[in-house]
Amino acid sequence: VKELVVISGKGGTGKTSVVAALATLAGPCVLADCDVDAADLHLIFEPKVIRREEFTGGSKARIKSGHCTACGKCEELCRFDAIALDGPGNGRAPRTFRIEATACEGCGVCVDHCAEGAIEFAPAVCGQWFVSETRCGPMVHARLGVAAENSGKLVTLVRRNAQEVARDRALPLVLCDGSPGIGCPVIASLTGASLALFVVEPTVSGVHDFRRVAQLAVRLNVPGLLAVNKADLNEALARELETLADEYAIPSVGRIPFDRDVTRAQVARKTVVEASEGPAATAIRRVWSAIRERLHLSAAPQTGGLVQINRPEDN
Amino acid sequence: MKIAIASGKGGTGKTTVATNLAEVAATDGRLVAYVDCDVEEPNGHLFLKPKIERQQAIDKRLPRVDLARCTHCGRCSQVCRYGAIACVGKQVLVFTELCHSCGGCLLACPTGALQEAPRPIGELRLGTAGPVRFAEGRLNVGEAMSPPAIRAVKAAAAKADLTVLDCPPGTSCPAIESVRGSNLVVLVTEPTPFGLHDLKLAVEMVRALKLPLAVVLNRCDIGDDQVRQFCASQWIAILADIPEDRRVAEAYSRGELACVAVPSFAESIRGLLGRFLQGAAL
Repeated sequence: VKELVVISGKGGTGKTSVVAALATLAGPCVLADCDVDAADLHLIFEPKVIRREEFTGGSKARIKSGHCTACGKCEELCRFDAIALDGPGNGRAPRTFRIEATACEGCGVCVDHCAEGAIEFAPAVCGQWFVSETRCGPMVHARLGVAAENSGKLVTLVRRNAQEVARDRALPLVLCDGSPGIGCPVIASLTGASLALFVVEPTVSGVHDFRRVAQLAVRLNVPGLLAVNKADLNEALARELETLADEYAIPSVGRIPFDRDVTRAQVARKTVVEASEGPAATAIRRVWSAIRERLHLSAAPQTGGLVQINRPEDN
Repeated sequence: MKIAIASGKGGTGKTTVATNLAEVAATDGRLVAYVDCDVEEPNGHLFLKPKIERQQAIDKRLPRVDLARCTHCGRCSQVCRYGAIACVGKQVLVFTELCHSCGGCLLACPTGALQEAPRPIGELRLGTAGPVRFAEGRLNVGEAMSPPAIRAVKAAAAKADLTVLDCPPGTSCPAIESVRGSNLVVLVTEPTPFGLHDLKLAVEMVRALKLPLAVVLNRCDIGDDQVRQFCASQWIAILADIPEDRRVAEAYSRGELACVAVPSFAESIRGLLGRFLQGAAL
């Protein structure tokens, strides 16, 4: 099994549209939507869910207002400004402390130091993940709960299960749609992958953000390929991107021109290669041939790396 | 007034709206601060081209062990919910990227063997861009956790009549940390299926935080009318409709402020500013 992760640094450069088109071209493969924060791949593939699981992240603290004496110890110790004196009163205090769930990072310090034992601490369900069937093969995807944390862990879970599905069904490729940025979900998407495809647009922001995410990939030892999207928007910057990529030993696999068919396909819930024979679709076909050659040469994904990034205590 | 410019989906035009809004409002003589909260990929500086006057490290506090006082009792690793500190034989290991700096291990240590030491995770850059007061946080490559850096840049930003917070995409911790405490969250979206889906998630996030919200529809003439229908059904105000314009995209690609390069775009932004000042959305 090989694993290709599509990332960009900057958001909105066309990752998901490219992933969807590549899935059509790759033949049966496993799709993994690692952008658990704002997953969009399912909008194109209308997946039929065959397995649904809850994702439990860390715990969240909650003050039982009946037991709180409003001593203020929890507020004093909380480093996340998650605790305020705005809970309902009880027989002992006119107001009690309350924990804002969206600010609580689940450290448990308040729980351990409450003299009254008034603080509950229960694992919170912070999302769901699914295995589905689509017209391009099985898909593993997830939905992070509203204002939930632990997106990196959920990404790791999605990837691990996608690899398992690929092995079970003897499919050769896992195709991952990544998320923007360079933080925890991106690190979780990249670590141990066979190959990264950087989909970048030729803008000063695109160049700036590509540089940072390329540095991250180098540091994580993941080889990469570059595809410049909407390349005709600024030819000079497209060239600059390709030169910059060379410095990071990231070969270019082609340019994709701006093409309104990409948005039209999305509105029709189709991939651009299904819906169009236009310049973007033609370019993506060429990009895919180049990627396929590189994939043959690349290593199998390392799940050991996945474990390492999230659970060092296992090592 | 603090206005957070956010979105579920990336690349919808947050930075374009935020930088141009700051520029237009400041040119009109208002005291404006622009704060780049997208510490993973900060882009505002590329357009505002600020003169940086102060630079300092953003630190994260990490536990450090004084092995002379450590009795290897293991209390620190028992209380740590993140698995960030481990007692292995005569060693205490700290996994820096897992530590949330909650201070729990220090409180638990019976011998006072743990102290905190700062470790830089990013950089804070403050300055001025013409009349705009500029602040930016920049996370070091390889650091996983951005909320501490976001908190640092928000705390350091200059006081102003209008503070524009340029937020990271998404709906989880970084986005939440950025919009928290603002007077209005403006969600920039585009009228496509991806734009609509991620807008719905972002609306849920903002509502969970109990903050007022409104929408800016960018590239309003592409795609379909589902975003408009959604906003109408949810009683969400659309404060500006910005048409797609190749000149805006090209100015953006070169790092130019579109309000300078394209007069019709400046009018859209001025209209948006007017809506804020009327308090129409609040």
